[in-house]
Amino acid sequence: MTPIALPAGNRRRRQILQAIGAGLAAAAWPAARGATDPAASRTLRIGLTPAFVHDQHSLMADWRRYLESRLGTNVEFLPRNSYRETMDLLHQGRLDFAWLCDYPFLYLKDLVRLLAVPLNQGRPYYRSYLIVGAENARPTGMADLKGAVFAYSDPYSNTGYLVPRYHVRQLGENPTTYFRKTFFTWSHRKAVEAVATGMADAAAIDSFVWDTLTRVKPELTGRTRIIDRSPEYGFPPFAAHRAVSAKDFAALQGVLLGMGRDEDGRHLLERLNLDGFVAGDRSIYDKVVTMMRAFGEY
Amino acid sequence: MRIFDRSLRHKIPLWGGALIVASAVAVSGAQMVRAYADLKRDTINSSEGLGHTLAKTLFPALLHDDAWRAFELIRAPFHEGRPEQPLEARAIFVVDADLRVLVSSAPRAMPLLAPLDTLGADYPQLATGLRLGNRDATATYEFADSGFLHVTIPVAEDGARVGTLVITHSKDAFLPRFFSIALGGAGMGALVLAILLPINWYWGRRMAEPLVELAKGMGDLGKGQPAELPASLYAYRDELGQLYEAYRDAARGLREKAALEQEMLQSERLAAVGRLAAGIAHEVNNPLGGMLMALDNLKQRGRMDPAVAKTAALLERGLQQVAETVGALLVEARVVSRPLTRHDLDDVHTLLEPQAVKKQVGFDWQIRVPEQVGIPAGFVRQILINLLLNAVHATESGGRIRVEAGTGEGRLLLCVANTGAPLPEAVREHLFEPFVSGREGGHGLGLWVTYQTVTQLGGQIAADWRDGEVRFTVSLPLEGDAA
Repeated sequence: MTPIALPAGNRRRRQILQAIGAGLAAAAWPAARGATDPAASRTLRIGLTPAFVHDQHSLMADWRRYLESRLGTNVEFLPRNSYRETMDLLHQGRLDFAWLCDYPFLYLKDLVRLLAVPLNQGRPYYRSYLIVGAENARPTGMADLKGAVFAYSDPYSNTGYLVPRYHVRQLGENPTTYFRKTFFTWSHRKAVEAVATGMADAAAIDSFVWDTLTRVKPELTGRTRIIDRSPEYGFPPFAAHRAVSAKDFAALQGVLLGMGRDEDGRHLLERLNLDGFVAGDRSIYDKVVTMMRAFGEY
Repeated sequence: MRIFDRSLRHKIPLWGGALIVASAVAVSGAQMVRAYADLKRDTINSSEGLGHTLAKTLFPALLHDDAWRAFELIRAPFHEGRPEQPLEARAIFVVDADLRVLVSSAPRAMPLLAPLDTLGADYPQLATGLRLGNRDATATYEFADSGFLHVTIPVAEDGARVGTLVITHSKDAFLPRFFSIALGGAGMGALVLAILLPINWYWGRRMAEPLVELAKGMGDLGKGQPAELPASLYAYRDELGQLYEAYRDAARGLREKAALEQEMLQSERLAAVGRLAAGIAHEVNNPLGGMLMALDNLKQRGRMDPAVAKTAALLERGLQQVAETVGALLVEARVVSRPLTRHDLDDVHTLLEPQAVKKQVGFDWQIRVPEQVGIPAGFVRQILINLLLNAVHATESGGRIRVEAGTGEGRLLLCVANTGAPLPEAVREHLFEPFVSGREGGHGLGLWVTYQTVTQLGGQIAADWRDGEVRFTVSLPLEGDAA
């Protein structure tokens, strides 16, 4: 994983701006930046997270070039290995947009706005799969996993953390003590690896990541087995920082929603294993809100 | 035959070969033991190096209970899909203070939090070892009858230990590398053997061959027929060379002694023959004197019939010859002899003619001598008669006998040649020795007497075979210058 560094000039300029404009309202600074920056060299910064298979580097490069050509501005992807880091970047105002998991999206509340929701198998929904090792024939559901070693993907993951903990809670158990041992792998893919290698007895996985992995790395998913599928939740959304201008918001939303309408876009969607984007509605995340409330986090 | 009784020809190359093979095996064996020890030492060293690096990076992960990070770190040394390398670990894991697995490279065999005692193999022994041992220091554990080698390294910083890193190596993994080293060693050994064994064989043969020959010669020495050992067999002046010299001296002495004995035997035999002949001569001499006296009386009476007178003269000359022959055998009695005349040779012709006619052998008589020759007539007659008798006997019927007599350079030369078969080699060698006969029924004294007579007169006799003839030539010096 090679983090894509900010161009040095941009970073320094922003540091200076932040230093002098400390008193300015967060909403005001993109405008200020717009005033000093010629439009041609403007850069939209998009945070990427393990909400999807974000370490396919050539796909990311192609997608970035696609977005740049359609938007007419520079686009910079900032992949991070944990949601927390991307959330911090948003808090610091260092991202314009981010592809987040629904849990962090809701957690950030007013800081972000819903930009677009990807379509997974034609619909803006996904699930959490409960998986065990392929050779582990005994467990049939969460109820059989008491005392197991459980791999969470990320403490801000919906399907990889919130859903299994909520599930345990529904069984009337304490999620903190239900498992013998738990650990974070910081990505769904590595959670699959943890179960495949036997490091963990079970893990909860984003159904979209799982399905994509089944396509690109069948030898990995083949060593695991799905024993339970959760209800549907709204798909991890593209979110816009609240400071993003209406023009940029509309521009990126338009490009994303229009990807299915041109050849390059369709090809990229196919490689992303997505069917397209819709504007979406915040209400598709209500079930996640319910789970978060149960843990007192919303 | 016991092995130690075998010939040096076999023993020297065998012992040498055995020593070379034993040395090669011993050196190769030592090399292999050394290679195995080195391999183990290398493994432990690299293991400790890897362990210390791992322990340093594992410490924060384990301290923060980041099991997945620890797992990724611990799995890094394993190369997926690559066959197990000798120095690569079979398993790497960390146990906590209670010896439960905190993280392991093979989670299926070593699940999280599993007690070390329950992991099978020799891990219960390792658990005991770790409980008793000092876990704050690096250690190596190897148990009897176990195929594993464990290196333990504390995962600690500033004295705070969060666990003990265990790197397990399978000794089986050494084997392929060990075998490849061993194979190389064996190849070298075979090469050394291939060079040294033929050299040893050659050297052994060189050492043994002269000894064996010498031993054989020494054995024959006792039997009195020592073989001649060529000096080229062993040309050096060391102890063996000195032995050879001594052997040659001894053999030479023995051969000289044998020749001397042979000569003595011959002389004794000759002396015995001489005594016998003298005895016979003495017995013959007495009646002979009477007969000669009677003939003398007959002549003095005078007026004899000419035929009788001729016969009487013939008788007298014949008896005279007998007297001279016998006189020659009687060493003490000197007989006064008369010189040879042509009549004597005619007499011999007359005497032998009837036998030649009877055998149907032709005579070729060529006499070119003066009326009188200064040489005792009796001896010449005897020599000629002996040779002619032999010739008549040896010539098959229809053959020819050639007799030549002549004088020259103060010598009388006689030649008796016949067309008989050449003399056999065995006969020719001992031709002039007594009791050696070329024909059946012969007593073998004729030629010996002839030889003794010729020798006594200071002449030479020789026999050869030339132009289809057996030829006897006699050369006798004339007395004074009567010729």
